[in-house]
Amino acid sequence: MRLARAPLTAKLGLIIILFYILVALFGPFLAPHKQSDVVGSVWQPISKEFPLGTDNVGRDILSRMIYGTRTTLFIAFIATCLSFSWGILTGFFAAVSGGWIDQILSRWVDLLMAFPTLIFALVVLSIVPINMTTLILVMAILDSTRVFRIARALAADTVVMDFVEAARLRGEGTLWIIFREILPNTLTPLVAEYGLRFSFAVLFLSSLSFLGLGVQPPAADWGGMVRDNSLGITFGIAASLIPAAALAILTVSVNFVVDWLLDQTSSLRNQ
Amino acid sequence: MSTYLIRLVLQRFALGLITLFAISILIFLSAEILPGDVAQTILGQSATPENLANLRTQLGLDKPPLQRYVNWLGGVLQGDFGTALTNRQPVAKLIGTRFGNTLFLAFVSAIIAVPLAILLGLLAVRFRDKWPDKLISALTLTTISLPEFFVGYVLILVFAIKLRWFPSLSTVSSTMDLGDRLWVIVLPCATLTFVVLAHMMRMTRAAIIGVMSSPYIEMAQLKGVSPFNIIFRHALPNAISPIINVVVVNLAYLIVGVVVVEVIFVYPGMGQLFVDNVSKRDLPVVQACGLIFATVFIGLNMLADILSILSNPKLRFPK
Repeated sequence: MRLARAPLTAKLGLIIILFYILVALFGPFLAPHKQSDVVGSVWQPISKEFPLGTDNVGRDILSRMIYGTRTTLFIAFIATCLSFSWGILTGFFAAVSGGWIDQILSRWVDLLMAFPTLIFALVVLSIVPINMTTLILVMAILDSTRVFRIARALAADTVVMDFVEAARLRGEGTLWIIFREILPNTLTPLVAEYGLRFSFAVLFLSSLSFLGLGVQPPAADWGGMVRDNSLGITFGIAASLIPAAALAILTVSVNFVVDWLLDQTSSLRNQ
Repeated sequence: MSTYLIRLVLQRFALGLITLFAISILIFLSAEILPGDVAQTILGQSATPENLANLRTQLGLDKPPLQRYVNWLGGVLQGDFGTALTNRQPVAKLIGTRFGNTLFLAFVSAIIAVPLAILLGLLAVRFRDKWPDKLISALTLTTISLPEFFVGYVLILVFAIKLRWFPSLSTVSSTMDLGDRLWVIVLPCATLTFVVLAHMMRMTRAAIIGVMSSPYIEMAQLKGVSPFNIIFRHALPNAISPIINVVVVNLAYLIVGVVVVEVIFVYPGMGQLFVDNVSKRDLPVVQACGLIFATVFIGLNMLADILSILSNPKLRFPK
């Protein structure tokens, strides 16, 4: 996996992703204003003072974008990490154990996946209070079903290999087989899948916030900012397109990198 | 049709019904299993004990869960979804025309998106690895990751505000005729089409390319059949099963995408009703909407599987 030989799109994607991560990490030092400070009048155009203009109540859009990046990426990152740990663990466990454990876990996941994620999340969010913890948990649990499928399929391909059989005959336990035999051999496709799931998590969170059911005001996040400024569109004010574009650029970049990663794994397989 | 085929179809149908049944339990019981008291959440922290007790009786929370579930499901099967908490109206009446509006929007989008996706997929295969294929692939890779609201607001800004070609809000009323209705939903339809097109087109392309490596395609090429005839007469009929599957699965996705698109364009459909009542925490309406969306989704997925069973010639003659 040589980075130097990666296609231009993948390199560009990596640079953009790195940029987003830096903004998210150092947000509070970079932002000129606080995220909920009203600093000007409503929907001021782009100026030296407000590089991206002001929003529907006169807050600095640049500052809110920086804080919004931090909030959005943080929630999506934690949710994806949780869904991956849980999905991979159960998926590998199902594949290694086989038999009725595999059956029960797989049918349960089939059932959850027979139901559109957004609809399910909306039903749940109408019952539990909406805050960062519940958002992360809802996203992680719903997403872990997808991870389970992928992880189980990858593990099922690996578990029939001779080296796994050898480990079994040596008398290694299930956990050893999962972490020392299967995980290292499925890592690249899983990393690619992580990228994909992460960008879906960002999209999903933003959709929820856009519907008013995600991150609650006055905290800034991309979907919420699109919602706040959506009225401006009818006056020809493009403020709500800024967070939407930030989101689009990130997901496109992630897709470029994932495409390259998947190419790598398939060419490895063919060799 | 052989009895074997009928049995396969019936099996898939039964599986769909079981899934739907399980989902209805899940939707109904989520209020039980999840932490938090529904009555408390609805009334807020300042509620008096009497108010709480009243609401619990009204919601039926004082009865055992199983009995409530049976009552609820019995009502739903007769078209009675209970009463909304916030405005005391029958839920069925609230949903009423909105469900039709949502189906109309999804249906019109599907009529545009499906043929377009298949055509683009075929074009991409015909000019495989040449510039039309690369252009289509690059475009779909980009659009596949765009959120609905980005596409929606860009379309509004360009076509409704700057060019003034189409209305930016999709308000429909019962007095409008078909032409007016179609006119009003041009932009939401375009948004939905845009969102599902990329995926459908990529899968169509993959399905046909899969068939293109078969020996009989090579045979046709060696006979000197023209590239267009190879794709239309030889490859397409054999790729129809995966294509049908992709199309119907994407229609199911359309039903979900409709929720966000309805909110963008303020379209009076069921998605809008659903979202409004989630924020109002009006549980009976939320459960009804959730169940209807789930039914359409599961029904379409079932249809996809049944159609691919029927269009698979291998299954017609069991060993």
